[in-house]
Amino acid sequence: MYETSFWAIAIFVAFVAFVLYISYYFARRTRSAKGYFAAGGNIHWSVNGVAFAGDYLSAASFLGICGMIAMYGYDGFLYSIGYLAGWIVALFVVAEPMKRLGKFTFTDALDSKFNSRSIRLTAAISTLVVSIFYLIPQMVGAGTLVTPLLGLPHWMGVVIVGAVVIIIVATAGMASTTYVQFLKGGLLIVFSIALVIVTLSHGLRLQPNQANGEPMRELATLAAAVGEDGQVSVKDPNVAVLAARTAGKNTFVKLQRDGKESWWHLAQDDAGLPVLTEAHWVTSTGQPVQDSRGQSVTTLYDGVPITDSQPLQAGHIGRLVFQGQARTKDMENLGLLQFLSAIKESTIIRFLKADVTDGDDKVSVYYQEATAGRDIMRPGLKFKVDSARGATLTDKLNFASLMLALFFGTAALPHILIRYYTVPTPSAARKSTIVAIAAIGLFYMLTLFMGLGAMVNGVVDLTDNNMSAPLLAKSFGITLFAIISAIAFATVLGTVSGLIVAASGAVAHDLMDRFFNMKLTDRGKVGAGKAAAIVVGVLAMALGILFKGFNVSYLVGWAFAVAASANLPAILMLLFWKGTTKYGIAASVVVGMVSAVGLILLSPDMYVKYGYAAADAPFGLNNPGIVSIPLSFLALVAVSLWTRKHRPIEVAAAGK
Amino acid sequence: MDHGAPTDWSKDRASSFKTRVGIWMFLLYAVLYVSFVLINTFEPQLMGDDLGGVNLAIVYGFGLILFALMLAFVYNAICSAAEEELNEPESTWDLGEPEDAQVPATVAAVAAAKEEAK
Repeated sequence: MYETSFWAIAIFVAFVAFVLYISYYFARRTRSAKGYFAAGGNIHWSVNGVAFAGDYLSAASFLGICGMIAMYGYDGFLYSIGYLAGWIVALFVVAEPMKRLGKFTFTDALDSKFNSRSIRLTAAISTLVVSIFYLIPQMVGAGTLVTPLLGLPHWMGVVIVGAVVIIIVATAGMASTTYVQFLKGGLLIVFSIALVIVTLSHGLRLQPNQANGEPMRELATLAAAVGEDGQVSVKDPNVAVLAARTAGKNTFVKLQRDGKESWWHLAQDDAGLPVLTEAHWVTSTGQPVQDSRGQSVTTLYDGVPITDSQPLQAGHIGRLVFQGQARTKDMENLGLLQFLSAIKESTIIRFLKADVTDGDDKVSVYYQEATAGRDIMRPGLKFKVDSARGATLTDKLNFASLMLALFFGTAALPHILIRYYTVPTPSAARKSTIVAIAAIGLFYMLTLFMGLGAMVNGVVDLTDNNMSAPLLAKSFGITLFAIISAIAFATVLGTVSGLIVAASGAVAHDLMDRFFNMKLTDRGKVGAGKAAAIVVGVLAMALGILFKGFNVSYLVGWAFAVAASANLPAILMLLFWKGTTKYGIAASVVVGMVSAVGLILLSPDMYVKYGYAAADAPFGLNNPGIVSIPLSFLALVAVSLWTRKHRPIEVAAAGK
Repeated sequence: MDHGAPTDWSKDRASSFKTRVGIWMFLLYAVLYVSFVLINTFEPQLMGDDLGGVNLAIVYGFGLILFALMLAFVYNAICSAAEEELNEPESTWDLGEPEDAQVPATVAAVAAAKEEAK
């Protein structure tokens, strides 16, 4: 489908070679546990700050958010805002105390006052749960990326990422991981800036080029008539209506036109008269068909076997308006505000999906939806929040709950927290967090321009909006595409390394050394850490292959919800409430983790995945944070008060 | 293996002051963020109101990101000043540390690596 680019492969291979060299370089210098788990604790704060960005800006941020903005406008940008705001919690509340109290892992910090086995066990399990939830979508994403970018099968992408990451982590642990993340974070930001500059100078065009550089296929509109019985007919005598289907409020018809079959959407023109607008469609055929090379396929794009077809890319400006005037010429070299302002005033053609059946075939019709720029630049296209458009209280709570989890989740992610042990002092921890906020904040501001740029330039892949940012780059030339693609892949490497170091620390340091009291030597701990990294890496590869084809991006949302519920209340209360006891902390971690995971399993989205109706779900929200975070706080306070009453001696120790 | 004392910066006398400043700044930002979420949740049409060529959604959203950055710089300035003032030179941990000496990252990394190899 996608043509592979030599330059994309060359740049990616160069990046991987450099990364392996860094690992080799640091490997000989990483013999102590401090070297392995905390990069010796001597990373400069500015390097650590950019590495934070490389650690945090996962494929979900780069590909997912840009894709969501390309599809839903401002609602995708709300993720950017929430993800960035979470760093405020990290800076003002967590950074310095984490550094002061901990050694290698955040479990150390939680346990620092108590020396409690129950805290070590629960916090280590929570670290592993959050890391695995976060790992799966990254690995699946790696596989998904290699197919269009490097022309390799899914499993190979997973294996390449897994193998490279295992080498990075098992050779030099946090030292090589830090420099990989630093490099990736820096490249991602520099080239995102470049992409935005090109997008703005390219401007807003009435006829955008597609990602392959060819002019976009123009979609036709036909005058239609709707009879009293609802029957749709076309005035053009050369066109025959073959079938009509309804999905929700929409009517779709299959036409025979110029000897070809195609799907159309019944809409109204400016005068309110019925018209048919041409759609794109994906057919899942009941019977396999042969492509041009004689292979059997069951998926057709616009009626052509998927293997012979270009990807379906679309999205353009329907009516360009700026400063109250309709524009008939392209607008180039726009400023940041002009770009946003013009989109706000214009009408954008987005493509929405509806599923219909056609005999044995299942057809997904992607129909044109003229959307006012005003609606794109404000919340509501993805999140149902507007009561006037039928949003219920549950819908609103769902949204608020998500925003709460994003805010409180960031500062509780184990792979972020371990970065505080790579710098020498608490003040360096603080300064590196500020560099992180600057780098990550800048990147998230760019996401809005990259996403909207994709939306109006005819590059959104209708079947997978995650490819929006790389395809936007492709529409500007193959070099930028090659670089952005290689960076997208590197993005997965950086984040996965961080996650594996976090998981390895939880197993070797928290569990083996400190929970099971295995009395490991310093060397032994490094060995255990490396072994754990290999095991977790192999597990991640297996999961990445196993979950192929599943849309697992929601797992990142789970990770945030679980981290915010299981870890953050314990961290906050430990720092700010003297009455906190070790049993309170352990209870908070367990209650937060179990309630967050449990509520997710009982949520409407999951019920649909099980094959039941969403309405049957016992818990009405898809985002558990608004319930599970307070529950975790409650558990901590209740258990602390109860155990303090029963164990007065411990209070004195805890309250020091 | 003895876990030992995790850190050796316990003499930072600015610590409680920094914590207090941090909490107040956190609360200030939290109020702005919660207001933003509440407007989005309960009065989303307000977000569409025109403001300076764009709309409230854009101004507030970018504002939250930029304000976070501004608060971060202010916080760092306050903390650094407090550290300098409250920690006497001979007893401080932050003299001669890489960030104050402005050691380039690579030099710091190599120094760290050497120290570890010993």
